[in-house]
Amino acid sequence: MADPPTSIRRVTVRVNGREHSREVDVRLTLVDFLREALALTGTHVGCEHGVCGACTILLNGEAVRSCLMFAVQADGAEVTTVEALGTPERLHPLQEAFRDHHGLQCGFCTPGFLMTAVAFLRETPQPTDEEIREVLSGNLCRCTGYQGIVEAVRDAAERLRTQGPGLESTE
Amino acid sequence: MKPAPFQYAAPETVDEAVMLLSEYGRDGKILAGGQSLVPLLAMRLARPSVLIDLNRIAELDYIRQTDGEVAIGAMTRQRTIERSGEVREHLPLWWEAVRYVGHPQIRNRGTVGGSLAHADPSAELPAAAAATGATLVTRSTRGERTVSAEGFFLSYLATALEPDELLVEVRIPAHARAGTAFLEVARRHGDYALAGVAAMVTMRDGRCEAVRLAFTGVGPVPVRVAEAEEPLIGRRPEESVYAEIARIVAGRLDPDSDIHASAAYRKDVAGVLTARALALAVSRAQEPMADSRSSMVDHG
Repeated sequence: MADPPTSIRRVTVRVNGREHSREVDVRLTLVDFLREALALTGTHVGCEHGVCGACTILLNGEAVRSCLMFAVQADGAEVTTVEALGTPERLHPLQEAFRDHHGLQCGFCTPGFLMTAVAFLRETPQPTDEEIREVLSGNLCRCTGYQGIVEAVRDAAERLRTQGPGLESTE
Repeated sequence: MKPAPFQYAAPETVDEAVMLLSEYGRDGKILAGGQSLVPLLAMRLARPSVLIDLNRIAELDYIRQTDGEVAIGAMTRQRTIERSGEVREHLPLWWEAVRYVGHPQIRNRGTVGGSLAHADPSAELPAAAAATGATLVTRSTRGERTVSAEGFFLSYLATALEPDELLVEVRIPAHARAGTAFLEVARRHGDYALAGVAAMVTMRDGRCEAVRLAFTGVGPVPVRVAEAEEPLIGRRPEESVYAEIARIVAGRLDPDSDIHASAAYRKDVAGVLTARALALAVSRAQEPMADSRSSMVDHG
């Protein structure tokens, strides 16, 4: 028999290789859980209804919008956030490419673009420009414009083929 | 924007889910992939008292071939059918249609059953269901029931599902040899369609034997236009017939105007897309007699 409905539940989730367990309100979204309960503020909250893509994370390796999930739904899952990509001293090849191609200005949308692109390039290591544009259509940028981002992803594909995938700590 | 408080249950079997649904179905809501429901909750357009989350029910995640059909479990992710060789081969119309659903991040969570049960009038999978003559299977504590796609979609976001019923499966006639095409026009890739068409044709001896057209974004439910299917039947396909059908489609459809497009524009686009989709579908159709493997069982 299923447990009756409740408003509080325990969630245990691995985030960037580290396990966390918390009692949460069931209506808490995964992005708010990451930012507020775990203080992982790299994942950004944009539109909060699944349009802008700023909150994109990897759930069991797949890019998803963390504002369209509740934290309790991630129970038992492996979550990867932008914090796992690189450090200021040692950027991920994708982050280097974004810097080199002016793929960001204010940076608000950048974590979402990076997590979308990292999942995409893992599945599509030699993308066409059309494929890049199609996958990026799920993320909105309001300042830089998309050309630099498209160029960064194209260049990152090349860098990842020659330098390896990064994200070593969580794979 | 935060959802209003609710109670949450995460059953692990269909039996548990339908029991919860029979108890809480009237004030509750089923949470499948959440890609449409969670925005509605965030904007407080939906305020259910109980959410019944299906994401722990592993038995609803499958693609199975049966006799001339492919059965897809309601909690199968859209991304799973996009990546499925079986779907690509036996359900080419669905395989083409699903790529227009949102973006990869949406399809990684969004489910086949969720899209059908949500019944958005601009969604792709309901149109694919109508074009391919799919059957929907529901479960409740009262038992199992099957509903045709035509009987399932009633109006905007409204289906034949009773409050205590769960959509558990969609059964789709395999159509590997039919020619199919799914085309739509949206402002950006991944946006809801302004107008879209699912086309399926069966060819024999160079003539069209059967044609099915279903439209999305141009009415409260997936729209079939029977008059537009007739001109091709028994004929050799040619541009003039497609143009005639495009005119019939534009004349018969009765879409609404909204901020995204006027009714007149939608009709025009639907007509143009129909002509293109039919030409594409005909070019993709495999003639049973012309193929050396024609003695094999044809699940199309």
